[in-house]
Amino acid sequence: MTGNPAPNASVQEAPGGSPRAVPLLEARHVSKYFGSVIALRDVSLEVRAGEVTCVLGDNGAGKSSLIKTLSGVFPPDEGEILVDGNPIHFSGPREARAHGIATVFQDLATVPMMSVWRNFFLGQEPTRSFGPIRFLDQGRAKDVMKVEMAKMGINVSDPNQYVGTLSGGERQAVAISRAVYFGARVLILDEPTSALGVRQSGIVLKYVLQARDMGRGVILITHNPHHAYPVGDRFVLLKLGRVMGSYTKDQINVAELTQMMAGGEELAQLSHELQRLGPDQPAIREAAQELAQDAAGEI
Amino acid sequence: MQLPGPGIPGPGSASSEEAGDCAMDVPNTTKQAGPTSGRGDRVVAARTVTRIFRRPEVGAALAALAIFLIFAVNPVSSPLWLSQAGFVGWLTQAWQFGIMAVPVGLLMIGGEFDLSAGVLTGATAIMIGLLANEFGWNIWLCIALSGVFAVLVGLFNGFLVVKTKLPSFIVTLATFFVLRGTSVGLVEAINANSTVVTVLNPPAGTDLAKAIFGGSVGSQPAFPVALFWWLGVTILGMVILSRTTVGNWIFAAGGEPNAARNVGVPVGATKILLFVGTALGAWLVGTIQFTAGLSAVSEQGVGYELYYIVAAVVGGCLLTGGYGSVLGASIGAAIIGMALQGVIYARWPSQWGFAFLGILLLFGVIVNAVTFRQAQRARR
Ligand SMILES: Nc1ncnc2c1ncn2[C@@H]1O[C@H](COP(=O)(O)OP(=O)(O)O)[C@@H](O)[C@H]1O
Ligand SMILES: [Mg+2]
Repeated sequence: MTGNPAPNASVQEAPGGSPRAVPLLEARHVSKYFGSVIALRDVSLEVRAGEVTCVLGDNGAGKSSLIKTLSGVFPPDEGEILVDGNPIHFSGPREARAHGIATVFQDLATVPMMSVWRNFFLGQEPTRSFGPIRFLDQGRAKDVMKVEMAKMGINVSDPNQYVGTLSGGERQAVAISRAVYFGARVLILDEPTSALGVRQSGIVLKYVLQARDMGRGVILITHNPHHAYPVGDRFVLLKLGRVMGSYTKDQINVAELTQMMAGGEELAQLSHELQRLGPDQPAIREAAQELAQDAAGEI
Repeated sequence: MQLPGPGIPGPGSASSEEAGDCAMDVPNTTKQAGPTSGRGDRVVAARTVTRIFRRPEVGAALAALAIFLIFAVNPVSSPLWLSQAGFVGWLTQAWQFGIMAVPVGLLMIGGEFDLSAGVLTGATAIMIGLLANEFGWNIWLCIALSGVFAVLVGLFNGFLVVKTKLPSFIVTLATFFVLRGTSVGLVEAINANSTVVTVLNPPAGTDLAKAIFGGSVGSQPAFPVALFWWLGVTILGMVILSRTTVGNWIFAAGGEPNAARNVGVPVGATKILLFVGTALGAWLVGTIQFTAGLSAVSEQGVGYELYYIVAAVVGGCLLTGGYGSVLGASIGAAIIGMALQGVIYARWPSQWGFAFLGILLLFGVIVNAVTFRQAQRARR
C-alpha cells in the first residue's frame, strides 16, 4: 500500500552464482483437493529468470488451481512451494506479491464499479504524505496508468471510467499491464488470451516476451498451443489434475504439443465418429481428415 | 438518490463518473479524447454535463433542494421554515442522522450493514451517565470508557461478520437485540427501576465537554455545536473514501471482494475497520446527546438505524455495496431531517413524513439500481 515500486528496480538476478541456477518459483509434488475432486495431483513445475513456462490443459485440468497455490490464494494440500529454492508458506496473495509474484487471475481480476486508475493501483496504491497523513497520489496514479495502458495499445482518455464498461479484452489489458508494471520477478497469467481478439492476443504475447527479456520469470496458462509454443521455454501439460508431460522447447514441437493436448487417440476416435456420421458430406469429411491429421501429429 | 433529468445516462453511454469523490475532484474534461484520437481509443468520452449529473450526490442534492422549496412555498410552513428557528428545527433532526449516515454509508459501500448502530448511540450515552453517577469520575474518563466500549462492539460485529461470513444483517441484528436488552435491563437494575439516567451532580470536566459536544452557538434559537461535528465527519468520510488507500479498499471490498483479495487488499480488516467506524460514530452521537442534557434514556436511538440506511441509499449508496457517496449520504440525512420537520411546520399529520421518506427510498433504490446496470451495460 505504501510502495511506489519502480517496475524495473525490483528485477534482480539471483544473488551469487548463475542467475539461472535456482528457479525463481517452483512447485514440488503439489496436490490440491476440493472435497472428493482432485484438482491437482503430484504436480511439479518451475520457472526461472528470463524464461517462460507454459501450463497447458483443457478446461478443468487444474490450471487455475495450480496458479492459485503458486500465488498464495490457497495453500497446497500436499507438496511445497519454493521461492528462490526456499520452501515458503504464503499467508495470502499479498504475501506472494511481497515476494515478487504478480498474478493475473482468469476471472475476478478487476472490480467493475471502480475506475480504471483505481483498479490499476488496487492493493498497491501510490501515496503522498502531507505531514503524518498519507493520501492517494491520484495525479501520478492516473498518469502512470495511461502510459502503461498505452503500451498495451489502449488509449484511456478518461481515467475515471469504470472498468465494468470496458470490453473483456480491455479489462484483461488493465489486469495485465498492472501485473507487468508491478510484476517484480514472476508474472503469472491465467488464460490471458482466451477473451481476446487476434491483435490483442498478439500484444499480450509480446508483453510476455518483454517480461522475459527483462529477466523475469513468466508462467503463461493457456489451452492454445499455438499461443504457447512461440513464446514458451518449458511446457507443462495438465490433464485432470495430473502432469501428462513436462518438456523444454527442444524436446517437443508445436505439432506434438497440439497432439498431446488434444489427446491423440481421442482425436482419432472423434475423426472416426465424424466419418461415420457424414461419409458423403464434404464438410464433415474434411473436418474428420483434419482431426485425423492432428491426431497423427501433422500440422 | 438521483432525479430523472440530464443525469440519467442514456443507453449506450460507456463512460461513468467516479463515485464518492468529493467536489475537489472535478473531472478534467480537457483531457478528453478529441476526434483525432488513435484507433486504439476505445473509450467513449461522456459529455461534461452528463458526467456531473451522474455523480450520486448530485441527485440527492437536487432532491434536497426540491424538498426545501416545497416547505418554503407552502404558505402554512413558509414563515417558520424560513426563520432561524425553522433551520434549527430540521438541522437538529438532521445531524443525528447525518453523523451516522456517513459511517453507515461507508460501511454500505464496503458491502455490509450495521443494524446495531442506532441502539449503540443510546447505549454509549447511558454508559457515560451511569459511570458519572456511580463513580463520579471525570466526565472525560467516562466518555473515553464509553468510546472503548463502542470500539469493542464494532470489533465484535466486524470479526463476527468477517470470520463467520454470515450476512451482517443477521449478525448486527443479534447485536442490536443484545444491546437493547442489556441497556434496559442493566440500567433498571442499577438505577432503581428507572430507564432514565440523569446526572444531577455533574462531575469534573462537564462544562467543557458540554461546550464541545452538546453546546450551541449563535443567538437564540441557537444552532447546536453538533452541526460542526456533522460537517467534520462528512469531510473526514469524503477524504477517506476518495483520497486514501483505505477508501480504495472500501470500494473494492464491497464491489468485488475476491478480486480485491487476489490483488492483496486486506478485505477483512477493511470491513472490521468500517464496523468500528459506525460504532465510533454512534459513540460521538451518544456523547453529544448525553452532554447536551446530562441525561440519557434506555432505548434511545432504537429504530434510527433504519434512518441511517435510508439516508445512505437516498444519497446514492448501492445496497449491494461497491458504489456510493459520503456527501450523498450526508445530504440524504438532511433530506430526512427536512421531511420529518417540514410536515410538522406544514401542519400535515406527522405520518406523512414517513410516507414521504418511503417514496424517496423507493425512488433512490431504483435510481441506484439503474445506474448500476448502466455501468455494467457496456460489458461484452
Ligand atoms: N474453489 C473450488 N471448489 C471446488 N472445486 C473447485 C474449486 N476450484 C476448482 N475446482 C475444481 O477443480 C478442478 C480444476 O479446476 P480449475 O483449476 O479451475 O481448472 P482449469 O483452470 O484448468 O480450467 C475442476 O474440476 C473444478 O471444478
Ligand atoms: Mg482456469
